[in-house]
Amino acid sequence: MADAAASTKGDLTLSNLVKEFGDFRAVDDLSLVIPEGSFFALLGPSGCGKTTTLRMIAGLEEPTSGKIAIGPTDITYAKPYARPVNTVFQNYALFPHLTIFENVAFGLRRRGVKDVKEQVTKVLELVELAHLAARKPVQLSGGQQQRIAVARAIVNRPALLLLDEPLGALDLKLRRQMQIELKWIQTEVGLTFVHVTHDQEEAMTMADTIAVMNEGRIEQMGTPVELYESPKTVFVANFLGQSNLVKGKVESTNGDDLLVNVHGNRIVVPANRDFSTDNHERSVLIGIRPEKISIEHPEANTLGGGVITDISFVGVSTQFQIQMPWGQELAVFEQNDGGASHLQKGDTVSLSWKPQFTFALDGTADIDAGTSVNPEEE
Amino acid sequence: MKRWLSKNLIKVYATLAFIYLFIPIAYTMAFSFNNAGKSNLTWRGFTWANWQNPCGAPQVCNALGNSLKIGGLATLIATILGTMIAFALGRHRFRGRSVVNILIFLPMATPEIVLGASLLAMFLNLGINPGFWPTVIAHVMFCISFVVVTVKARIASLDPKLEEAAMDLYATEAETFRRVTLPLVMPGIFGAALLAFSLSFDDFIITNFNSGTLTTFPKFVYISSSRGIPPQANVIGSTMFILALTIVLAGQFVSSRKNRV
Repeated sequence: MADAAASTKGDLTLSNLVKEFGDFRAVDDLSLVIPEGSFFALLGPSGCGKTTTLRMIAGLEEPTSGKIAIGPTDITYAKPYARPVNTVFQNYALFPHLTIFENVAFGLRRRGVKDVKEQVTKVLELVELAHLAARKPVQLSGGQQQRIAVARAIVNRPALLLLDEPLGALDLKLRRQMQIELKWIQTEVGLTFVHVTHDQEEAMTMADTIAVMNEGRIEQMGTPVELYESPKTVFVANFLGQSNLVKGKVESTNGDDLLVNVHGNRIVVPANRDFSTDNHERSVLIGIRPEKISIEHPEANTLGGGVITDISFVGVSTQFQIQMPWGQELAVFEQNDGGASHLQKGDTVSLSWKPQFTFALDGTADIDAGTSVNPEEE
Repeated sequence: MKRWLSKNLIKVYATLAFIYLFIPIAYTMAFSFNNAGKSNLTWRGFTWANWQNPCGAPQVCNALGNSLKIGGLATLIATILGTMIAFALGRHRFRGRSVVNILIFLPMATPEIVLGASLLAMFLNLGINPGFWPTVIAHVMFCISFVVVTVKARIASLDPKLEEAAMDLYATEAETFRRVTLPLVMPGIFGAALLAFSLSFDDFIITNFNSGTLTTFPKFVYISSSRGIPPQANVIGSTMFILALTIVLAGQFVSSRKNRV
């Protein structure tokens, strides 16, 4: 085959995908490859284009331009029922007039599969709900409906399973449990999962690879650890967890390090953690995660003269808000191992951290990008 | 007394309201057992005779048969056409959609007497004589609106995600409609058909204009009222009421069984 060089396996390839609704560009020139068998998450705030991307992969929305392929097969304009893709819908969309058994059997029956009963029973056992086969969807709890929705999709053994905010309707405790369960099911059946969510914790818990989306584009793609420890944009730094970002000016380089003047303090940033894209002569934002900062132990990077304005105890850690001499509030999380228990509101402290935890971003970027994004509207 | 009243006012009110609603029906049923003579206006003793011989009065069963035929045909045609209009209005965006949405209410809002008279004028102008088919056509016309409104409400409450889910699970457009959409809209269609039938069966004004010499059940009752309505009319009326009640109760029973754990 001519395209064989691109991808011979069941990888999902999106090439220059664009979707416009009138004047609004929901998905803007999106290209990515999702390897076969991986658990991939599309993470982003409401309206970032992640659901539209998913619907285009499912065939429920037609791209304005671009290409979608599974392995060598182009499925860009294939009908939803003519592609080896199944979806777990938000709010599940179980057929209310059919029993659980018939819901799960629906896809098999449409394809004319022979051993429907055996396959349905097997997948119901996998999600541990075989005893509910004769019931109607309304008689099941939210968590059970969720598992049936997964079972209904995976029983077809699709090349690709799409999950659209699958845990959005569940309460926190059940959501945690289902995160683990979904991950286990994925390993068990070995299918490619593409998971759309606005919940960064959910994405980090389950996915091998996360693509953070914003305004129809991918901000950054990588493993959860890469995205968390080395965010490449302000949006990612703020949207995944919490970051302290402070304006600074690059003064010089010293071997493999950048020396940055941050409000009169010299901060060391390893050159390989400098993710800014414009000219170094000018300003950068230096970033440090709150839990990497120590109030007690001096390290190479130090910002002094902070005043504690707020202390909140959250069990495993204590969270401090500290006002710096230049007016900015920074966050510090200290482990509750006794070290910081004597600190009180109004104390003046220094913030220290190891240079290897620092990262540098474009100084021209909006420092608040990704902070106040509203959670899903639905 | 005053305290008792303030506590039970709503019960008293409900009882009175139901008595008010059901007295005519109870009266109709009671007088179906009347050993009537020339007219069925005064109680002259209990008898089973009317129920044993519902076709006893001249023409009554002939009229009933006409009403059932017209009602059945009008319901069938109006339900099919109305359901199709409801799907078009509920599922598709097209030019003139909002105008159609308003126009569909017009037959409901127009006085029946005017509709009946102008339909007759139209049929005569077209050279069609009043009779069975003109009556059917007239009934279809006023039933369609009610079917459209009823079915459209059901379609609006249907989650479009269910159809997407069906397509995602390898069902073609036709299979999706047959396996998911239609079964879920069916209760609405069924309700619309019942409504259409009862409207058609009950209709007097439009029928009177367009049926010519054909006698329907309401027409029979109206005509015989000058000479005295036979008790068989009460028998048929009571039967229709019991039938309707049975259908409604059966529907309730089936839907409650469906939702039971």
